[in-house]
Amino acid sequence: MEIIGERINGMFKDIKEAIINQDKKVIQDWAIKQTENGASWLDVNVGASAPDKVAAMKWLINTIQEVVDTPLCLDSTDYDLIEEGLKVCKRPAMINSCHADRYKIERVFPMAKYYNAKVIGLAMSETSGIPKNADARVALAMEMVAACDEFGLPFEDLYIDPLILPVNVAQDHPVEAMETIRQVKFLSDPAPKTVVGLSNVSQKCNNRKLINRTMLAMLMACGLDAAIADANDDELMDTAAAARILLNKEIYCDSYAELFKSRKY
Amino acid sequence: MPVQVIKERNSGKVLNVVLGATKEQGGTRTHTITVGGQTCLPFLHFEGETPNRPVIAIEVVDRYPDDWNDELKKAYGDVLHDPAAWAKKSVEEFGADMIYLRLQSADPDLGGSSPEKCVETVKSVLAAVGVPLAVVGCGIDDIDNKVISAVAEACAGENLLLGHATQENYNTITAACMVHKHTLIANSPLDINICKQLNILITEMGLPLDRIVMDPSIGGLGYGLEYAYSIGERGRIGTLQGDKMLSLPTLGTVGFEAWKTKESNASIDEFPGWGDQAERAILWEALTASTLLQSGLDILVMRHPEAVRLVRKNIDELMKPNKVD
Repeated sequence: MEIIGERINGMFKDIKEAIINQDKKVIQDWAIKQTENGASWLDVNVGASAPDKVAAMKWLINTIQEVVDTPLCLDSTDYDLIEEGLKVCKRPAMINSCHADRYKIERVFPMAKYYNAKVIGLAMSETSGIPKNADARVALAMEMVAACDEFGLPFEDLYIDPLILPVNVAQDHPVEAMETIRQVKFLSDPAPKTVVGLSNVSQKCNNRKLINRTMLAMLMACGLDAAIADANDDELMDTAAAARILLNKEIYCDSYAELFKSRKY
Repeated sequence: MPVQVIKERNSGKVLNVVLGATKEQGGTRTHTITVGGQTCLPFLHFEGETPNRPVIAIEVVDRYPDDWNDELKKAYGDVLHDPAAWAKKSVEEFGADMIYLRLQSADPDLGGSSPEKCVETVKSVLAAVGVPLAVVGCGIDDIDNKVISAVAEACAGENLLLGHATQENYNTITAACMVHKHTLIANSPLDINICKQLNILITEMGLPLDRIVMDPSIGGLGYGLEYAYSIGERGRIGTLQGDKMLSLPTLGTVGFEAWKTKESNASIDEFPGWGDQAERAILWEALTASTLLQSGLDILVMRHPEAVRLVRKNIDELMKPNKVD
């Protein structure tokens, strides 16, 4: 289970201020904290308010790379911005994200191949929006799987995101997301990987962490490979570790929870 | 009709572990031995790499093994009174790849040799042979902690394979391996969970993973062989799927297990239908070994020279390429 630490995002107040004040310490503290708690990737999002987004992206990446080796997940809807970021990444990165629209695939997939990056492919398009049911999401996901072949991207470098909406406003969606993951894993061999933006499921809900970790365990049972999540939520990380044991993805040992966080495998 | 060969894609790999050290490396061995490195299940050469062949270590005990079966005693003759001569004969006549020296005489009931005496024995064996050496204690934690520590210090730089670290007793021997540059045998009681946990405990102390060989324990034919097989197989499959904490070469005391069975020791007079005892016992050891080779054993610790010969022949054949395209 790859946890993509969500915390370095300009939507958070401390990150936003750190970008404005060029305060490396705040960013580096989060990079270290998330990595030490088991994050396999670090999401990097400059947020909406940075005046010079390219400069902010490069500064964030370089600042993080000064203290950790953890690969980065560049998060933006602006592909030119992502490409500028990819140029300064020391290790193969992840592109977050690409819609199933043809013109976006044509922009992102060749870029991913060129920079040896992985791609988060959203099971939605401009015309469809977020599909209501699993079948429509699977259809869009499969278009991206086919595009992997076309553009020479290894299937396992594509991370299909079935899209997660807040459960309090779209309670019929979580089961559709689960079914999407199950089918994506079933329909393609080798299968692409799967990812979700986990914390979205509990927006504005009570006891968010409980919902997040329950959702994570249920999604993992359907074949989830990665989640953009709060890597410093210890109970969430422990849930992922326990789920790996229960799914027989990992041979049990008494230190299973610590081992998961130490990423020694 | 062409047959499509379905190949497993493995993400993990067994780590290479080097045993022994040459003069340039700070030891006195004529050569080192590397075990591990596989990227596929045992001998599936068409699926991945098996860069190093399994090795046979012949077991040498530091006291006359009066409890051993007469057939074994006959095979070695007088050298059983002298560990150095025993080791030399094992290498030169019987082709042992390495020597597994058991310092059994440290046991108070079997002589109670001092750590100094044990060191002397190890040194004499090192002087007699050029192959890498494994050295284990008598099996009593308190005594072994003193004996193996003394051996580790006196033979610093030799990169001996020292045992045993167990879940209950691993600190002293792990520290000795770290300080004096040796490799460690991590022994667990036929339990894959403890096997993995022990590797974690040892590496947390700072010994690198590639300085550990796992002895997950085995059972002889008829005495838990299938269980030992499945533990070995489970560990190897886990390794190939990326479980780094199990990705180590394994060792099994085949001779010890095979020769303690009733079937290896009962005479033909007792069980006329069982056939000649010597032949039966040799096959018992050879079969235990060749079965466990298939579950991924990298170091076979054996006793009877004829069983060694049979198993070496088996390994020769198993190491031939079986690539299918």
